[in-house]
Amino acid sequence: MSNATLKELSANLAAGACSSVELSHEFINKINNLNKSLGCFITVDAERTLVQARAADARRAAGSAGPLTGVPLAHKDIFCADGWLTTCGSRMLSNFVAPYDAHVVQRCNDAGMVTLGKTNMDEFAMGSSNETSYFGPVRNPWNLETVPGGSSGGSAAAVAARLAPAATGTDTGGSIRQPAALTGICGLKPTYGLVSRYGMIAFASSLDQAGPMARTAEDLGLLLNVMAGHDPRDSTSLERPAEDYNRDLARPVAGLRIGLPKEFFATGLTPDVQRAVEAAITEYKKLGATLVDISLPNMELSVPVYYVLAPAEASSNLSRFDGVRYGHRAAEYTDLMDMYKRSRAEGFGAEVKRRILIGTYVLSHGYYDAYYIHAQKLRRLIAQDFTKAFKQCDVIMGPTSPTTAFRLGEKSADPVQMYLSDIYTIAVNLAGLPGMSIPCGFDGSSLPVGLQIIGNYFDEARMLNVAHQYQLVTDWHQRTPPGVK
Amino acid sequence: MKWEIVIGLETHAQLSTVSKIFSGASTAFGAEPNTQACGVDIALPGVLPVLNTGAVERAIRFGLAVGGKINTRSIFARKNYFYPDLPKGYQISQYELPIVEGGTLTIRVGDTEKTVHLTRAHLEEDAGKSLHEDFSGSTGIDLNRAGTPLLEIVTEPDMRSAEEAVAYARALHTLVRWIDICDGNMQEGSFRCDANVSVRRMGETELGTRREIKNLNSFRFLQQAIEYEVQWQIGEIEDGRKIQQATVLFDPDTGETRMMRTKEDAHDYRYFPDPDLLPLEVTSERLDAVRSGLPVLPKERREQFVAQYDLTPYDAEQLTASRELADFFDTAASGSDARIGKLCANWISGALSARLNEEGLDIGQSRVGAGQLRRLVDRIADDTISGKMAKDVFDAIWAGEGDADQIIAAKGLRQISDSGELEKIVDQVLASNAQQVADFKAGKEKAFNSLVGQVMKASRGKANPQQVNDILRRKLAG
Repeated sequence: MSNATLKELSANLAAGACSSVELSHEFINKINNLNKSLGCFITVDAERTLVQARAADARRAAGSAGPLTGVPLAHKDIFCADGWLTTCGSRMLSNFVAPYDAHVVQRCNDAGMVTLGKTNMDEFAMGSSNETSYFGPVRNPWNLETVPGGSSGGSAAAVAARLAPAATGTDTGGSIRQPAALTGICGLKPTYGLVSRYGMIAFASSLDQAGPMARTAEDLGLLLNVMAGHDPRDSTSLERPAEDYNRDLARPVAGLRIGLPKEFFATGLTPDVQRAVEAAITEYKKLGATLVDISLPNMELSVPVYYVLAPAEASSNLSRFDGVRYGHRAAEYTDLMDMYKRSRAEGFGAEVKRRILIGTYVLSHGYYDAYYIHAQKLRRLIAQDFTKAFKQCDVIMGPTSPTTAFRLGEKSADPVQMYLSDIYTIAVNLAGLPGMSIPCGFDGSSLPVGLQIIGNYFDEARMLNVAHQYQLVTDWHQRTPPGVK
Repeated sequence: MKWEIVIGLETHAQLSTVSKIFSGASTAFGAEPNTQACGVDIALPGVLPVLNTGAVERAIRFGLAVGGKINTRSIFARKNYFYPDLPKGYQISQYELPIVEGGTLTIRVGDTEKTVHLTRAHLEEDAGKSLHEDFSGSTGIDLNRAGTPLLEIVTEPDMRSAEEAVAYARALHTLVRWIDICDGNMQEGSFRCDANVSVRRMGETELGTRREIKNLNSFRFLQQAIEYEVQWQIGEIEDGRKIQQATVLFDPDTGETRMMRTKEDAHDYRYFPDPDLLPLEVTSERLDAVRSGLPVLPKERREQFVAQYDLTPYDAEQLTASRELADFFDTAASGSDARIGKLCANWISGALSARLNEEGLDIGQSRVGAGQLRRLVDRIADDTISGKMAKDVFDAIWAGEGDADQIIAAKGLRQISDSGELEKIVDQVLASNAQQVADFKAGKEKAFNSLVGQVMKASRGKANPQQVNDILRRKLAG
């Protein structure tokens, strides 16, 4: 049953083929067996999980079950969940038990979904390999010597290893899509504002967006239906009528115009990734799609722009972690300033400190205009590139990541190399557009390759349709990592 | 005078919303520490601010009342610094684009009117409180005040004396209460001023270096602090020292200002637009709606009082100290002529105000209503009672003994204005006070007053004093 999709689990529960308690036991057992080697979960709490599972079964018995009632999932440890340790992958919050539910968690709970645990992640979502977590790295189920990507590495690896049928993730510069690609699963970053950020610990507020991670496009739509929706507690949450993101799954892709940005196929892309992505595009052509050569001329600026804006916002967002009210406080200190310095020096890891320093610098008097204001202007140009491109095409496709999963420690010493892992994903966050990654093949080392699909604003249903049609004719998404049954 | 004083004020007016500017927690004063601080106020991980539209409406009311420009688009920015009572590590404020720009306020010092120009007014949140006592060496933090909505109102350096600064602060204090945006309670910190003070030699055009006196929460402290600071600055310059830009605190116990920090150790606040809040848009429809809800403003009321009741600008100023007071006067004086209007004004500014002060009440709690006061004034105007008798009647109304007419009847206080009756009394007094009559005729004016007193006594205070005077003079001259 742990190999089933959300859709299948939903059907099984509805048919009475299994109960939520049985399902939850099965996943908890798998987690207990495999988490030691994979490091996917920071917190598992079987008691809490089973309380929810029993409630879901009771709800079903009472006849008020929804499509996902009783279906288990894992939450990235960036989401506050009432009564759960919520660490954000940091020593700073290693003792923080959230007293409330994030909007996303609340929506999943309201739908009757069952929380299996809180997944590992790069500290404060800053990283592309899950190696910056205070709780240790996550290993890629396809090859335990390689990283699962990040920052939602725990969620991605858990879904790939069948420790959870689906998981929530967050994506600030590629943190859903890149780990999805590196672990051979599907991940969707919705349009900015579609999913509430309330209760999701902020990294870079203008870029952060939560989204679903699962094994099929259809499952992404099922979970997005639960996650999305207006929340008055998030001022950037959009007021839009509810929609069924799976409503267009069956639509044929014949006539679909696929934009191929030349910048996505330039230097830096590894040949194996290029080959797999081009094969996927050929598959679409066979299905009747037309290919359009496009250009995103300012895309090369997206990494430097991102590494001004995201750290700027982060430096301010992370100021609340001062050891005064909650979180880590140094055991000894001489005065207030010393308490701040020691608590933050001990509580934050190297990558987080690096970004706080960068962010503080670019906001400082005398540098603000040259960095922050300049980056904001370029951000608008990058967004305009997409607006122009979408006049010529319906979706944009390319690689999600320039490489497949790299070895643990391979890029840790070189932050710029690490930052370039997100070269194809960052521009999407800067523009606020929806983007997704689906599996489209393997490299020579049998590591998965991800195909990125970028849609226009609010075109999630179309993107899911496009991905689903591909998954009807391919089986990359059904491949299972070795050693995982 | 050799020195010119230049003052600009920054005032923090706490907006009278029920809940905080970015959260649903209560703003009520005086609760147990940290009982009015929700997740947003204590800056839990993951929480987000949501703008209170009531605070925005109050800011717009202010902007319209001072004739300022309401920006159709303004921006909330983060002001970053670390302090234990600032839970997020930044304060949400408005920096480059405030909601209100410009505007003026008219002030009066003595007989002189003056216009003070406002630079801007912007919305921001208050911080919490650090409690340094009672924690045996540690500092306690109370976040009840964190997130309380403030309107920071900044003037141009237009004031030239401590008196002008106080007059401005008072006028502003009146206005914010008048338009119902702030309760003006200075003890509770709902209205507090920072004064930027500099001095320069008369005739100089460049401004001197300023020092900012922080957190003055009474008009008296404002006056004292500026006066001390001005003398200190003049002393420094005359002794050949330069003024260093600094922030200072006023100590009410010593009456002195002392340095808090200089410009050198000023923070770099790293302001940037808050990505959690959208730009604040104010539509013309919203502006019109707020405008239509604004009361007639103090300046217009003063002008109306002067025109309608012939009051002096000073009296009009007194009667517009609050909207309730102006309404009280208007109700009392309504439909009357200038004479009754003037009498109402005098009674309100005199006996009534004294009584309210004595008992610590405000006009809304007055035990003599506007209608009651008017009926009392009417009896004075038609000579039923004298001004002196009216004081007793006023006290009786205050004590709840009824209306003026009831009290006059019950106490038999009706003034004797019947000249026949009065002449009889005068004749009796003259007959039995031969000595005083003789003294008066010998040129002792004092004797006349004694005779008047005798007549008043004989009438048990009811005689119309003016008529007694007239009759006595006539009879004594005869």
